Amino acid sequence: MSTALLIEQILNGLQFGVMLFLMAAGLTLIFGVMGLINLAHGSLYMIGAFACAAVAAATGSFWLGLVASLAAAAAAGALVELVVIRRLYDRDHLDQVLATFALILIFSEGTRWLFGSFPLYLDIPSALSGAVQLPGGGRYPLYRLTIIGVGIAVAVGLYLLISKTRLGMRIRAGESDREMIAALGVDIRTLYTVVFALGAALAGLAGALVGALQSVQVGMGEPVLILAFVVIVIGGIGSIKGALVGAILVGLVDTLGRFLLPKLFAAFMGPAQGATAGAAIASMLIYIVMALILAFRPKGLFAANA
Amino acid sequence: MKKILAASILALSMATSGMAYADPLKIGMITTLSGGGAGLGVDARDGFMLALKQSGVKDIEVVTEDDAQKPELAVQIADKMIQSDKVDLLTGIIWSNLAMAVVPNAVAQGKFYLSVNAGPSALAGAKCDKNYFNVAYQNDNFHEAMGNYANTAGYKKVFILAPNYPAGTDSLNGFKRFYKGELAGEVYTKLGQTDYAAEIAQIRDSGADSVFFFLPGGMGIAFMKQYAQSGVETPVMGPGFSFDQDVLGAIGDAAVGVKNSASWSKDLDNAANKKFVEGFQAEYKRLPSIYAAQAYDTANLIISASAKASVKDADAFRAALKEAKFDSVRGKFKFNSNNHPIQDIYVREVVKEGDVLTNKIVATSFTDHEDAYAKDCKM
Amino acid sequence: MRDGQAMSRETLINILLAAALLALPFVAIAMEEPFYITLATRMAILALAAVGLNIALGLGGLISFGHAAFFGIGGYVAGIFASHAFNMEPMFSAPFEFSGSDQMPVIWLAAMLVSVFVAIPIGAISLRTSGVYFIMITLAFAQMIYYFAISWPAYGGEDGLSIITRNGFPGVNTANPLSFFLLCYGVLAVALLMFWLIQNSRFGAALQAGRQNEQRLAAVGIAPFRIRLVAFAISAAITGLAGALFADLNRFVSPSMLSWHMSGELIVLIILGGTARLFGPVAGAVLFVLFEFALGGITEHWQFFLGLILLGVVLFARGGLIGLVAGKARHG
Repeated sequence: MSTALLIEQILNGLQFGVMLFLMAAGLTLIFGVMGLINLAHGSLYMIGAFACAAVAAATGSFWLGLVASLAAAAAAGALVELVVIRRLYDRDHLDQVLATFALILIFSEGTRWLFGSFPLYLDIPSALSGAVQLPGGGRYPLYRLTIIGVGIAVAVGLYLLISKTRLGMRIRAGESDREMIAALGVDIRTLYTVVFALGAALAGLAGALVGALQSVQVGMGEPVLILAFVVIVIGGIGSIKGALVGAILVGLVDTLGRFLLPKLFAAFMGPAQGATAGAAIASMLIYIVMALILAFRPKGLFAANA
Repeated sequence: MKKILAASILALSMATSGMAYADPLKIGMITTLSGGGAGLGVDARDGFMLALKQSGVKDIEVVTEDDAQKPELAVQIADKMIQSDKVDLLTGIIWSNLAMAVVPNAVAQGKFYLSVNAGPSALAGAKCDKNYFNVAYQNDNFHEAMGNYANTAGYKKVFILAPNYPAGTDSLNGFKRFYKGELAGEVYTKLGQTDYAAEIAQIRDSGADSVFFFLPGGMGIAFMKQYAQSGVETPVMGPGFSFDQDVLGAIGDAAVGVKNSASWSKDLDNAANKKFVEGFQAEYKRLPSIYAAQAYDTANLIISASAKASVKDADAFRAALKEAKFDSVRGKFKFNSNNHPIQDIYVREVVKEGDVLTNKIVATSFTDHEDAYAKDCKM
Repeated sequence: MRDGQAMSRETLINILLAAALLALPFVAIAMEEPFYITLATRMAILALAAVGLNIALGLGGLISFGHAAFFGIGGYVAGIFASHAFNMEPMFSAPFEFSGSDQMPVIWLAAMLVSVFVAIPIGAISLRTSGVYFIMITLAFAQMIYYFAISWPAYGGEDGLSIITRNGFPGVNTANPLSFFLLCYGVLAVALLMFWLIQNSRFGAALQAGRQNEQRLAAVGIAPFRIRLVAFAISAAITGLAGALFADLNRFVSPSMLSWHMSGELIVLIILGGTARLFGPVAGAVLFVLFEFALGGITEHWQFFLGLILLGVVLFARGGLIGLVAGKARHG
């Protein structure tokens, strides 16, 4: 195993982590502000991907598709907030789990009803295809580097939004004291709708960007949803910083585990046996890491609000 | 004169129908119509129904239900169809794990089961049953064909990967059963994995002269897209599942030129296939996939058997099924001792016809290929 | 303590529900629709699994999103024991030789013991957390077991494991659907009785008190951690037992019993019927299986409508079905 390969794998881990951050950011934002467990976050991710694929197919432009994904996911988010979610804020987590579980069923089957049963086509824009030369001799796909860039931009943007703007101030106030913010005369209902739509738009953006690398199909949001929850729980729910650190940790652990564990096991058990045993442990690895972290830090790495 | 002719035709048709279709046949179709795997189930159902429609038979009734790709639900539906709908025959399941849940129980209750797709090794070998017929393939077949093809294509150092579950290990074992060169690497991925950057980096690093992969459904689409974007030029091959009509549109041009194996292709030159492909396009406004083709053959096999014997006479009906006297879209078709097909397996290449991606046959990997488990089947 | 009238009304509903579930198979026989016996058995088993979860979730307020782990473990105990007994291969030979068993009492005991054995370390770690962290860490443990089961080839991996003939019970012909239903119904009745006893015991009072006010509990010198761990283990044992029965009903066990969808479904059953209510899981299971069965026969888009119905219940029928019919919830 060469050093160059190891460096590339670390980069892959980072990139996968940033991808996870894109999905987790909206989820942790919504939880932090409204205290809501949104299992339907994966469905908003799916809506973003389908909107992007449909518009890109109709217009031939990935960029229009990207805009559509933001718009569609934000609209779906706002609608869901107005019709369903706002009735759930004062309920316990159980009702939220059931309601958003029901939303998954509705969105998944509704999407299939609308778009048919076959996966859609969505490719990366030609401007971002190809690979770039890395310092040190390796080559890396430009699109994946772009995703890293977008992820960093989203992290910085969210940081600025929350710490520097009026909306951010209200969000922070809402996180720490819900009564106070209402007393300040802020229309909390509108604030919540806006935050939910923002979180949904982030999910939609992630769906469109990552959908171009994957398969745009019904149910694509579910594995992502579970991973995003792992990320925000490791990071500390409600913390954007925690989501970023958690995402990169999960990305690195998963990628390097997939890469190194089979090799390690093969050294003891022979190639075929070692490959399957190593892969089995690798698929459990992030959950093991999560359990370990929570065992020692029951509120995640960066607990936002007690 | 005309009147007499008409009357005699009527009498003749009544006589044949009275003789052959004495008892109506009720079929239960359990297949996947919702969720990410619905495309396969929809194609299978549509292919099956097309055959019934084209044949014009009236005495075959089909009840269809969605298993949502959940084994427990499939079992429940099978129980319902057997106990409540009183079906004579079950079919339609796409996935091996669902087949393993349903088939042993169904045949134990004396029902027939005809597989349109799944072909787990256990049901071909030690757990075979006289009432279980597989009209599609045994799971290993397409992978074996690709292993064999790798030799003829002159590959000496293949990198192989599949998800870490029974069908995945079976797949790579099937490939290795015929492949004679050395392996550049053998990797098992997580089931449902969507990012393959780490595996692609290993492929690039391994110095492989080709890649063989089995990643069904969305996993294969994700892999092919990411592989094409990575700039790795090593040729790719795989079983037909990742390159069939249901997913080619989603992969796009990245698939062009890829060699893949299957027992059927749209361009197979025979009358039955022509009728099938044209009929399917006219009826559903899309090209058929191999799942549709296999289900179409299954339906025609059932029609041919029920014309010879009533399903109530199980022994006669079973013998009629085993004869397999129907016009297969695969050109020829016969059953081995374990009720699995003996068939040719082709190497196809993904090509672009106008705007549409599809396959054309470029070689024959196996002629009259049998599966490796038939010797374990005692019935 | 309780509103007397609502209480008696809920009791009446419970009795009606129990009677209706018991009557269903006999109606099925009268109507010559034997499939409804299978359906009733499925209801009883899912209700049993949810009764188990209800001890942790309803009484203790411990929202476990990983109870599919115990459901699946119970299923695999049944499947593995039966396959060893069928093939007469020893499972282990030290300290004594054991070749599995096809007797339900042995399997049930083992399913419960293994579930408890797994639940104690999971609970011990998970109970250090609370709220959403608890939900997610229980999910994480279930996912570990799920991926292990998928990739472990010895017992079929994702293809699952068939049970060739349904396991036996002394004096009962379990192959007869009605007998098997009655067996499951009996187990469910015992579990409900146990739930009721726990609910009204000092242990149960402490458990429910801990849900509402942890400080107060600590102040009177009760350690909530140990009480919750015991409740979690009992809860796991009952769900594991249900898993063993479910495997025998389907004559098949596979990793999908361990999936997070199954964990979600168990939670759905409880909320659908009414959280922390004695018969909530029964009402939920009856309703859910009916929906699944009826909608699946009508339209291929049945999941869409199932989602709408569930959404309607959570938005407009607070306290679940029993809450809707019996009036306001009696929390505590």
